[in-house]
Amino acid sequence: MNAVIELWTSLPVVIQIVIKIVAIMLPLMILVAYYTYAERKIIGFMQVRNGPNRVGFFGMRLWGLGQPIADAVKLMFKEIVIPSGANKLLFLIAPMLSIGPALAAWAVFPFDAGIVLADVNAGLLYILAMTSLGVYGVIIAGWASNSKYAFLGSIRSAAQIVSYEIAMGFALVGVLVAAGSLNLGDIVMAQEGSVMHWFWLPLLPLFLVYFISGVAETNRAPFDVAEGESEIVAGFHVEYSGMTFAVFFLAEYANMILISALSALMFLGGWLSPLPHVWVDGVFLLDDGFHWLLLKTFFFMFLFLWFRATFPRYRYDQIMRLGWKVFIPITIVWIVVVAGMRVGEMPWWFN
Amino acid sequence: MKTIANYIRSLFLFELLKGLSVTGSYFFARKFTLQYPEQKAPVSPRFRGLHALRRYPNGEERCIACKLCEAVCPALAITIEAEPRDDGSRRTTRYDIDLFKCIYCGFCEESCPVDSIVETRVYEYHFENRGEQIMTKQMLLDIGDKYEQQLAADRAAQAAVR
Repeated sequence: MNAVIELWTSLPVVIQIVIKIVAIMLPLMILVAYYTYAERKIIGFMQVRNGPNRVGFFGMRLWGLGQPIADAVKLMFKEIVIPSGANKLLFLIAPMLSIGPALAAWAVFPFDAGIVLADVNAGLLYILAMTSLGVYGVIIAGWASNSKYAFLGSIRSAAQIVSYEIAMGFALVGVLVAAGSLNLGDIVMAQEGSVMHWFWLPLLPLFLVYFISGVAETNRAPFDVAEGESEIVAGFHVEYSGMTFAVFFLAEYANMILISALSALMFLGGWLSPLPHVWVDGVFLLDDGFHWLLLKTFFFMFLFLWFRATFPRYRYDQIMRLGWKVFIPITIVWIVVVAGMRVGEMPWWFN
Repeated sequence: MKTIANYIRSLFLFELLKGLSVTGSYFFARKFTLQYPEQKAPVSPRFRGLHALRRYPNGEERCIACKLCEAVCPALAITIEAEPRDDGSRRTTRYDIDLFKCIYCGFCEESCPVDSIVETRVYEYHFENRGEQIMTKQMLLDIGDKYEQQLAADRAAQAAVR
């Protein structure tokens, strides 16, 4: 054990950071791959189908668990077609602009008490900045494709993401008022106590607004007008093929996982155990820990898929109405309420 | 009053939760998917699949080249040429069915006065080269020989309603 620690400290800082990044990215990418499998399986189940169940490993079916690997290999070997009228540089940069922020946001994400790549003070602000940057990938993809469907899709998604960004930002303002900190670790620590102390209860409207805005932000059903396959084929990525398309795909799913993890962190107490403290202190797996965060994240990831299996796509003007005339007023009112509770030192949560 | 009730219902996402509960209950429902190559759906005796020409039990081919099937075929998929055989009976020298033209309507089978041209239950077949879709007389007779037992049983089962 000591030798391992010695070896670790003897490494240059850059190498240490790179190893940490790989330690975060690798499981994340595997999670993304198997999220696509879970999506097909879960939506299939909800439609009384079986979902993929053929591709397995070493001749065994294993409920189709090999499907994401097969999909990835297929996409990697496909040709990347660049339309003749496209702006080649922007066309190739767009997918990277899409996935970059989705992965960069994980830098300030605390996985357990003190386990975080960059423990910055303004973590929440950084996350907000990174999730907003993702829209540039979509806009540039639509513009560079030189196709009317792609352009329409990117215009739609730009308007939608910008609108919902406001509601989302206000919801996060509520969180930081309640927690009194922008550091994500401190936000979790502020929820310590029991299930009733987690922020989902005092911030219930903000919690709902945040998660629904998150669904809209990631262009998922029922807010997927940016793709809208029944109207504009595939929206902003209609001209993309092979690996460039796969990168957009990865970015979308990485964003969904990020939104789920953030919801778990800010409203469901992150790695805190839902069981009362006196029972679980020091008991293996029942005590606070990363597995609780994972469990909560999985719950929100499941909700994404459940929504997609249930709700029909919103009409465009209804999306705008919901964002501007419902969510923003609700969040503003509730921020005032939260501020009042905070100043009045309301028992349970803010004393 | 009603508007207020509506507002509250929409604010608490009542209808949305109802929809979610429907899909949620189907998540645990029994799945109906047939795992095709291993499991197969039952096939009716009236099924209209690949064509065949049948023979009498003594080995004589049934077809008497009346050309009713050729005439009734709406897709013009059947081509027949006929000549008297050495023993003086009227037989086909050529009996081709173009499976690309065929729409599997079963009219040829209905029109046949001697139950010669029939459609079998076979629905798993494919072509790999251009031209293979033309079924010649010999190929059709071979299919008939191969499935004669099944074909006779199906026709016997349907005799009362035909």
